Amino acid sequence: MALPRARAGAWAAAAKAAQRRRRVEGAGGSPSPAAPSQRAALYVHWPYCEKRCSYCNFNKYIPRDVDEAAMRSCLVTEAQTLLRLSGVRRVESVFFGGGTPSLASPHTVAAVLEAVAQTAHLPADSEVTLEVNPTSAPASRLAAFGAAGVNRLSIGLQSLEDAELQLLGRTHSASDALQTLAEARGLFPGRVSVDLMLGLPAQQVRPWLRQLEELLRRCDDHVSLYQLSLERGTALFSRVQRGALPAPDPELAAEMYQEGRAALREAGFRQYEVSNFARNGALSTHNWTYWQCGQYIGVGPGAHGRFVPQGAGGLAREARIQTLEPDNWMKEVKLFGHGTRKRSSLGELELLEEVLAMGLRTDVGITHQHWQQFEPQLTLGDVFGASEAVRALLEQGLLLLDHRGLRCSWEGLAVLDSLLLTLLPRLQEAWQQKTPAPVPGG
Amino acid sequence: MRLPAGRGWWRGRALAAWVPGAAGPAPPPPLPGPPGARALDRLYSSAARQEKVDMSRFPAENIRNFSIIAHVDHGKSTLADRLLELTGTIDKTKNNKQVLDKLQVERERGITVKAQTASLFYNREGKEYLLNLIDTPGHVDFSYEVSRSLSACQGVLLVVDANEGIQAQTVANFFLAFEAQLSVIPVINKIDLKNADPERVVKQIEKVFDIPSDECIKISAKLGTNVESVLQAVIERIPPPKVHRNSPLRALVFDSTFDQYRGVIANVALFDGVVAKGDKIVSAHTQKTYEVNEVGVLNPNEQPTHKLYAGQVGYLIAGMKDVTEAQIGDTLYLHKQPVEPLPGFKSAKPMVFAGMYPVDQSEYNNLKSAIEKLTLNDSSVTVHRDSSLALGAGWRLGFLGLLHMEVFNQRLEQEYNASVILTTPTVPYKAVLSSAKLIKEYREKEITIINPAQFPEKSKVSEYLEPVVLGTIITPDEYTGKIMMLCQARRAVQKNMVFIDQNRVMLKYLLPLNEIVVDFYDSLKSLSSGYASFDYEDAGYQTAELVKMDILLNGNFVEELVTIVHKDKAHTVGKAICERLKDSLPRQLFEIAIQAAIGSRIIARETVKAYRKNVLAKCYGGDITRKMKLLKRQAEGKKKLRKIGNIEVPKDAFIKVLKTQTDK
Repeated sequence: MALPRARAGAWAAAAKAAQRRRRVEGAGGSPSPAAPSQRAALYVHWPYCEKRCSYCNFNKYIPRDVDEAAMRSCLVTEAQTLLRLSGVRRVESVFFGGGTPSLASPHTVAAVLEAVAQTAHLPADSEVTLEVNPTSAPASRLAAFGAAGVNRLSIGLQSLEDAELQLLGRTHSASDALQTLAEARGLFPGRVSVDLMLGLPAQQVRPWLRQLEELLRRCDDHVSLYQLSLERGTALFSRVQRGALPAPDPELAAEMYQEGRAALREAGFRQYEVSNFARNGALSTHNWTYWQCGQYIGVGPGAHGRFVPQGAGGLAREARIQTLEPDNWMKEVKLFGHGTRKRSSLGELELLEEVLAMGLRTDVGITHQHWQQFEPQLTLGDVFGASEAVRALLEQGLLLLDHRGLRCSWEGLAVLDSLLLTLLPRLQEAWQQKTPAPVPGG
Repeated sequence: MRLPAGRGWWRGRALAAWVPGAAGPAPPPPLPGPPGARALDRLYSSAARQEKVDMSRFPAENIRNFSIIAHVDHGKSTLADRLLELTGTIDKTKNNKQVLDKLQVERERGITVKAQTASLFYNREGKEYLLNLIDTPGHVDFSYEVSRSLSACQGVLLVVDANEGIQAQTVANFFLAFEAQLSVIPVINKIDLKNADPERVVKQIEKVFDIPSDECIKISAKLGTNVESVLQAVIERIPPPKVHRNSPLRALVFDSTFDQYRGVIANVALFDGVVAKGDKIVSAHTQKTYEVNEVGVLNPNEQPTHKLYAGQVGYLIAGMKDVTEAQIGDTLYLHKQPVEPLPGFKSAKPMVFAGMYPVDQSEYNNLKSAIEKLTLNDSSVTVHRDSSLALGAGWRLGFLGLLHMEVFNQRLEQEYNASVILTTPTVPYKAVLSSAKLIKEYREKEITIINPAQFPEKSKVSEYLEPVVLGTIITPDEYTGKIMMLCQARRAVQKNMVFIDQNRVMLKYLLPLNEIVVDFYDSLKSLSSGYASFDYEDAGYQTAELVKMDILLNGNFVEELVTIVHKDKAHTVGKAICERLKDSLPRQLFEIAIQAAIGSRIIARETVKAYRKNVLAKCYGGDITRKMKLLKRQAEGKKKLRKIGNIEVPKDAFIKVLKTQTDK
């Protein structure tokens, strides 16, 4: 599918101008004019990588050659199909993830954005993020992505130690990463995020903190801290299994996390989510949508989505997964316009459970207003106020329930998964005791 | 008559005898009638379908009663197969492998769990002999059963492997026979093996048992070599039973089994008198009276006879409904003609106790019925209902010994497909009470403590006692040093040490039973590369400094982990339990102190640190379905946890601490 370059350029140019004006203020930004069911975030998955990273178990493929034109055409088709199916009027953010989406050509990114803009309203100031791998992103290329409409970069820097980067199977060096970071900041000032990993095998707290300090001198306004999780089926996992590498020490990782959070706070960053830190209001609106259980549409092989298929008369939100394997996915897209492999309706309770589990990952937690959007009958107080077990967590200072809503304390955020083991059963219990809602209009 | 012997024909007869899948390799059925009729035959008396044998033609002087005794795998069952074939008791086919070992566990482990008996009719020089082969259980856990079987014999075949030589169990078995004053015929088996050294074994036998070398018979039971001369020796060297046909009936019960249609089948040896259908008999032990429905011989299946006469061995069915009514060692006599009971009767005395719980409580009823069925044929297992806060409803079972316990567990798994949690075995301790109040309460001065919760405190006790055993270890001498260290670590006292040949040593130790119930045998085997053999016999009780050890979690007592230990072992055991708990207790949102304590004194401590971080870094690409499923599954599991104080303890943690396992 040939896309008129001029039009793609037009959207991109408008976006470029808007980028400087726009800043997300506080949680979720200013309320959008469209109703929640008519808004969505869009995730686009580029499934290819140059090389397999030793820790990665994502849906990615190392191809001998990529038929990019075919992939582009399919991404465009599926984006259009799913947008129509969802009945979404307004796309609030686009995120190109992978795989290594910075391996795709800027032309492909532009084509997808243009297709989105044609199918729904894509405001000029929408956040458009591209994941970037340092080696695949010389400055000229980053500029071309900017021209295509990307206005935010997320750099998979991972470490500033060459030995660690090698262990992770990354293709770049620490100096490559810092160079890419500097170039990115020049091109997208205030709109660059970096990922840093913690808890690698044999990694020690002090040296890691020195990496973080170094990064804080160089970084922009957004940092993500991720603890390495050893995933079955990865090279790193089997090396640890075999005893060729020491298993990561969870105690040390916990210490790195605590020290890291403190250092970021010191540097003026707000920890707005378990793994995400921003200053000067540079929160990622795309990810924010996930944590607030907004709708999102997943496009590309193996992408996940959560939306109501209103265009097909659907009423309930569905969880959707696209076909994993790129060639099969493409075949399906060519045949049916989309490669949705699995769809399952989310029940009301299931959705509430997600609201709870995702919302508590953020620093604002679940506000009463936010909760009410999803559950008009039971208040947070009704659900959690009377529970003995929840009270113990409140008393321990891990959880807060007040006039603002329900949220984790600083300490509680680090052990959220343990807290959820008390909160989820409590929610189920309250749900079962709830009197059935009157049928609207009945 | 020969019956197609299904695997379960003997012990499992009531359970699986005619289930087609249960039938093992069997000789072709010689019975008239279609195979389908057999089940019906069973329902009624086996008498209905055959001519009864007249046993009066076998006077005592033509009878020989004998057993085969041997160490594990030395070829006892194979020799039995050959003897059955030679006398025409069973057909000679390739399928006769361990005909008397019916249980899967017996064949797998090469041991005999349950005594089997076969009457062999043998013609020699125009004389018709009745040779009663009374098979015995092959392990001293069953030494009481062995001793009762032996008391029905006048001689034994002591089978020794020509390659392995005398082993611990050979010694134990020999002394049982020797003490019973039986004629011992040494049979050196497996002379066909490449590494066989029968001459060396002859010398060992001479040295250890003081039996002249020319009395050893060298055979290969597998190939049938020289087996005929074993029969000849049985007739020539074993005396006929000294009995009186004209005296009143005096019959020894040396085994009993349960048949769901016919009730208890008691195996009996007649010391005096005659017994026939219709006779009224009395159990000397229970004093209950029964009417005899059927008598017969075993070859090896039941074959009804008109009567059984003094000196003969066979079975008797008399309307007993429970195996405890036909206890091994009991004497039966005719109603109104009481006799002096035969000496040596003891009720089965369990020496090893363990808790048994279904892995899942929903399996409770199935397990209950499986245990009931297994104990129908094994009155030596004691069963008491028990319950644990952590493991739910279950039982406390008493076994004769470790092997007995393992075999029982294995049979539950194999024959009933039951999966169980078996807790670490304990032994019955005793306390001699000094507190008058307690003596009044228990109505005796010396009490047996099975449940640690009943352990009386030291101030009320003049002494504690623990069971001890006399252990025999036979080993190549290169391992002697290591074995002595092992024994020392187990609080054992050496009693004797002799070389039984140039490089084999026999060690005798007095060992606290508690020290061998868990992993002694495994340790011994592993440090001797499998060459050392071990056997033990009951040696009563000895004074022991016992203490009760509590386990605490953040100061809360954990009832299910109270343990009685020897003072010298308290620290080691306490530390091991704390460590196991530490490894299996999940982290919680606060620190957990795990302590082992004797009274108020803490002897070991471990700490489970609080969770500092437990949150998934990233929900990649919006894939939260997996994460939610995981969280919900964990939350579901959390509901089932037992709470001790505010600490959530998964069942797994208890299982890891409580279940039988070898120490590191």
